[in-house]
Amino acid sequence: MVHPKAKPASKKPVSTPSRDQALHFYRQMLKIRLFEEQVNQLYLGAKMPGLAHLYIGQEAVAVGVCEALRRDDYITSTHRGHGHCLAKGASVDRMFAELLGKAAGYCRGKGGSMHIADQDTGNLGANAIVGGSAGIATGAAMSAKMRGSDQVAACFFGEGALGQGLLYEVMNMASLWKLPVIYVCENNQYNEYTNYRETTAGEVAARAEAFGIHTETIEGQDVHLVHAKSLTLVERARRGEGPAFLHCNTYRFHGHHVGDVDRSYYRSKKEEEEWKSKRDPVKLLAEWLHKSEMADGKLLDQIEAEIAAHIKEAVQFALEAPYPDPNEVNQHVYA
Amino acid sequence: MKAPSEHSTITNTVTATRQITFAQAINEALAEEMRRDPRVFVIGEDVAEAGTPFKVLSGLVDAFGSQRVIDSPISVAGITGIGAGAAMTGMRPVVDIMFGDFITLTMDQLVNQAAKIHYMSGGKLKVPMVLRTTLGATRRSAAQHSQSLHAWLSHIPGLKVVVPSTAYDAKGLLKSAIRDDNPVVFFEDKMMYQLKGPVPVDEYTIPLGVADVKRAGSDITLVATSSMVHIALAAADALQASDVSAEVIDVRTTSPLDKEMIIESAKKTSRAIVIDEGYERYGVTAEIASIIADGAFYYLDAPVKRMGAMDVPVPFSPVLEDQTVPTAEAVAEVAKRLCNKR
Repeated sequence: MVHPKAKPASKKPVSTPSRDQALHFYRQMLKIRLFEEQVNQLYLGAKMPGLAHLYIGQEAVAVGVCEALRRDDYITSTHRGHGHCLAKGASVDRMFAELLGKAAGYCRGKGGSMHIADQDTGNLGANAIVGGSAGIATGAAMSAKMRGSDQVAACFFGEGALGQGLLYEVMNMASLWKLPVIYVCENNQYNEYTNYRETTAGEVAARAEAFGIHTETIEGQDVHLVHAKSLTLVERARRGEGPAFLHCNTYRFHGHHVGDVDRSYYRSKKEEEEWKSKRDPVKLLAEWLHKSEMADGKLLDQIEAEIAAHIKEAVQFALEAPYPDPNEVNQHVYA
Repeated sequence: MKAPSEHSTITNTVTATRQITFAQAINEALAEEMRRDPRVFVIGEDVAEAGTPFKVLSGLVDAFGSQRVIDSPISVAGITGIGAGAAMTGMRPVVDIMFGDFITLTMDQLVNQAAKIHYMSGGKLKVPMVLRTTLGATRRSAAQHSQSLHAWLSHIPGLKVVVPSTAYDAKGLLKSAIRDDNPVVFFEDKMMYQLKGPVPVDEYTIPLGVADVKRAGSDITLVATSSMVHIALAAADALQASDVSAEVIDVRTTSPLDKEMIIESAKKTSRAIVIDEGYERYGVTAEIASIIADGAFYYLDAPVKRMGAMDVPVPFSPVLEDQTVPTAEAVAEVAKRLCNKR
């Protein structure tokens, strides 16, 4: 399917980002990339209980959107949520601790990979039900409006959530009541193991437009573009002009989860290689930094080494951190 | 689990009361809590000018405006999710789900989201939301508007479930539910809305998790919920003629459940029947009967009996529907048998 409104990756945003901003984006995206690579290593080394859904390949969306938000703005996230949590300000050590089921984790080990919530950074929680957080994000936006705060909520979901009815119920109400919520559809092309074209009738954008919601379809691998667009939509929502739907075309470089290694039955190696070589958001930003002479190879290597060292330290912290006291099992059932 | 706190129940002080209906009691509780706390708001289908099809909310929109009494589209899951999100971020929503049968449409938002958020977040996030809905058959409303599904939600850790039987209880319990920091599902018997009862003029609350002896007795304990409390009371009246003294315990909340009061009563009387309008199998009656069997085993003189709704979809035709719900006559018959009376 061709996206009529998709903008080519090369198209420059309206204003040129500053060097500080671009380097900050690079650091944030690389942090997510290296974090996720480490998560995969923990899985392969049998050091992590359960599974995880890696965000690698989609970093520009989380960073581009979250950098347009304030710390007190809300996000809701998905089963593939590590990127959103980190981009909104979570720290890697407590993230790793949660993934390993340790007491130092963001949820004291009770949530795990798919339920990380961090109220200090406005993160109302990752969610293991596809589309399940659309109501929460919309309710948070309604609450912000009722309280007269000027907070905005960003609701991240994959294109798989387009199959769930809840999304349409709440988009209708968000539009009716002009709620400050941005629905961020990360179209990574696959509903688990099925290409979204096999599951999605019509145009994605048309679904939101049907509710009178301001809708944009963009290339999600260009962090500057995602950020510039998000800024416009967030400020619009903050001014009380209502919700928006941001449809970002992106790609999941890894499988549905860490254990999804043999993917040939649902997508080709060639397709994967094409995205990885031509549309890797981290590489694209590195190239942009080079071209615009904001950073040379040496600086980028140095940044990578710093982040890698930080990640290594955080993993060590999490591996050594104690598990929760077994008596905590029936704590926090009720407030 | 933590016991509810900061509740005050009316004690021995003489309080002026007046007779109001169950529906008026609900309305008063909402109005008082909305006046007391600007974070409380109501959302649901036809809750504003219509005041719901049962007219339970009449007048609220005039008093509090359409920003706090919000008519929503017919999006049952959507308003439940919006309620959860609003509750997590500083509001105290009361979500109106017109018929208890429609609770099936809220299940993900209620069971996977609202009920688990506090736990999954390691105790950081809270969902102080009330979801008001209805239960009860015999309104000739057929299979999709007559069920009593409170057992489903009582099954879920993280939810509290309230099943009041009188105007007095409804008001005091709803006020506590609104002040509670957890998601609370509040079931109102549709047939009871016009039932009048004494309600104090002054403000009061009733803690969640405390059952109530609706009638004291010594030969048999009738443990009942919601609509079935009145069936149990009528059965107790009838049993007097057979010289059987029945004690009626109204559980008032199925989660948390006042196990202690139920067990103590069964120990005292040595016999028990549990009566509930939910389907009998795997239901509230099974849970409570098991608690009595465990807690009062050595004191029992007869097996604990369960009386729930017949395990069929609720039929439309009156001659069929009336068979599906326990009656006072049937309860009295079972009680007499347990007490060896004819």
